[in-house]
Amino acid sequence: MSRGLSRAGLYLLAGIIALAAAFPFYYAAITSLKSGDALFSMDLLPRQWHWDNYVAIFAQQPFATTIVNSFWVATGVVSVSLMLGLSAAYALSRNRFRGRRLLMMTILGVSMFPQVAVLSGMFELIRWLGLYNRIGGLMLSYLIITLPFTVWVLATFMRRLPREVEEAAIMDGAGPLTIIWRIFLPPLMPAMFSTGLLAFIAAWNEFLFALTFTLTHEQRTVPVAIALLSGASEYELPWGHIMAASVTVTVPAVVLVLIFQRRIVSGLAAGTGT
Amino acid sequence: MLVALLAVAAWPLARTVWFSLTDATLADLGAARFVGWDNYLAYRDGEWFGVLTDPVWWRSVRNTLWFVLISVSLETLLGLITALVLLARIPARPLLQAAVLLPWAIPTIVSAKMWGWLLHDQFGLVNDILLSVGLIARPLAWTADPDLMLGAVIVADVWKTTPFMALLLLAALHTLPRDCYEAARVDGIHPVTVFFRITLPLIRPALIVAVVFRALDALRIFDLIYVLTPNSEYTMSMSVYARQQLVDFQDVGYGSAASTLLFFTIALCTTLFLMLSRPTQGGKA
Repeated sequence: MSRGLSRAGLYLLAGIIALAAAFPFYYAAITSLKSGDALFSMDLLPRQWHWDNYVAIFAQQPFATTIVNSFWVATGVVSVSLMLGLSAAYALSRNRFRGRRLLMMTILGVSMFPQVAVLSGMFELIRWLGLYNRIGGLMLSYLIITLPFTVWVLATFMRRLPREVEEAAIMDGAGPLTIIWRIFLPPLMPAMFSTGLLAFIAAWNEFLFALTFTLTHEQRTVPVAIALLSGASEYELPWGHIMAASVTVTVPAVVLVLIFQRRIVSGLAAGTGT
Repeated sequence: MLVALLAVAAWPLARTVWFSLTDATLADLGAARFVGWDNYLAYRDGEWFGVLTDPVWWRSVRNTLWFVLISVSLETLLGLITALVLLARIPARPLLQAAVLLPWAIPTIVSAKMWGWLLHDQFGLVNDILLSVGLIARPLAWTADPDLMLGAVIVADVWKTTPFMALLLLAALHTLPRDCYEAARVDGIHPVTVFFRITLPLIRPALIVAVVFRALDALRIFDLIYVLTPNSEYTMSMSVYARQQLVDFQDVGYGSAASTLLFFTIALCTTLFLMLSRPTQGGKA
């Protein structure tokens, strides 16, 4: 009896958690399909399917350009971080040198940097490089977010790999690059993949740098575009458009996350050393 | 890699600290003059100036600390419950885990907008439900009422980041040895006792790491507050304050002073954490 009761309680709890997690997004999706006055009625089921809001964000705003920008920035940041991260992780996990622990801790510390602390310095650097209001500037500044984390996770994974194969390769006269490329990369692919995915999501979602280092619509990334979507007048916020844009950019991320659930979980766990 | 990290982290940080000692403005960074500690604290003509005398700065410090304290506590509690439910053998568990991951995958800006809409004073669903249940007599302005705004920010943040907490704790729970639990069951010990006597002590290191990570992350909060409750000193965090001075008021020197203070606050917390966690890590290495 009490067993059955606690089972029921568990299911109820699971139901509440699922509802609480998924409902706001569901409601946003419903809102995005409403048009006109229907927007202000609080139906929980879509009564009609209007795609007007979706059409509007692509026709009236340069939203497609925005998505392309975000995509290029995130892809660029991920490739650079993975390449630099892999070689750095190799050096950190295989060479024992003085201050290695300190260096690892510094890298972890950098990932906890408040972005605003480097804002003015970064602004100057980006302007000096002529990258202000260019997506290249964003790629550069995002490295501060993705690089430490990539190095940390890859080093954690690399330390778990057996040394014997690597030692055999050294005996056969393989150089560091060959070792990284031929010995480490194949077993590290899953780790590379989950780190890359996490870095991609981090870059895709970043807001502060994107807001500060871009000026024009054509250079903006998705979060900034959504935050700055405005209506016809100052007092009218186009909630339908905002929700449509939100759903549009969230769906790809959600699909990725759902497909690669397990990898994300293991990547996150490695990232904090737990 | 080190060169890259130096270029994007150490150099800008050093420049920010330098700017905080100058009267630089955004329009003309090159014309900055060294002014010493004036941006932090200065005494001139019988009056004190500087960030440290600005009541809005102290308000933002207070806001940030309250925000961190309340939201991280709630996230830990709810994250632990979620992790325990995810650990139990129930049907449709993958589906539940997918639902839990959803808020984490959503961009913060999107979640801020979504909660802005749910908490809208006239057309928001939350007010509608509370009104129809009879909990409130009239619609509440969640994102405009000084007493409620920080609460709204906390709700949105808890929703967004509890999954992170839950996943880290779940990973820790998966590593626990099964034999302790078998022994406890054979001895007929109550599950609640088992939780407090076995589970909690065993996952304590992971719990501390997760809490510290979240707390350090919450200390620098910017995007959620900037979008959900723009330009309000009732919810302004230290990051929002610094950026407002830097970009909106174009006062790079003053803004840099504020961000430098935030940086050192976080650095201090991190160092404390590393020093405290060293004994536990030394055992493993």
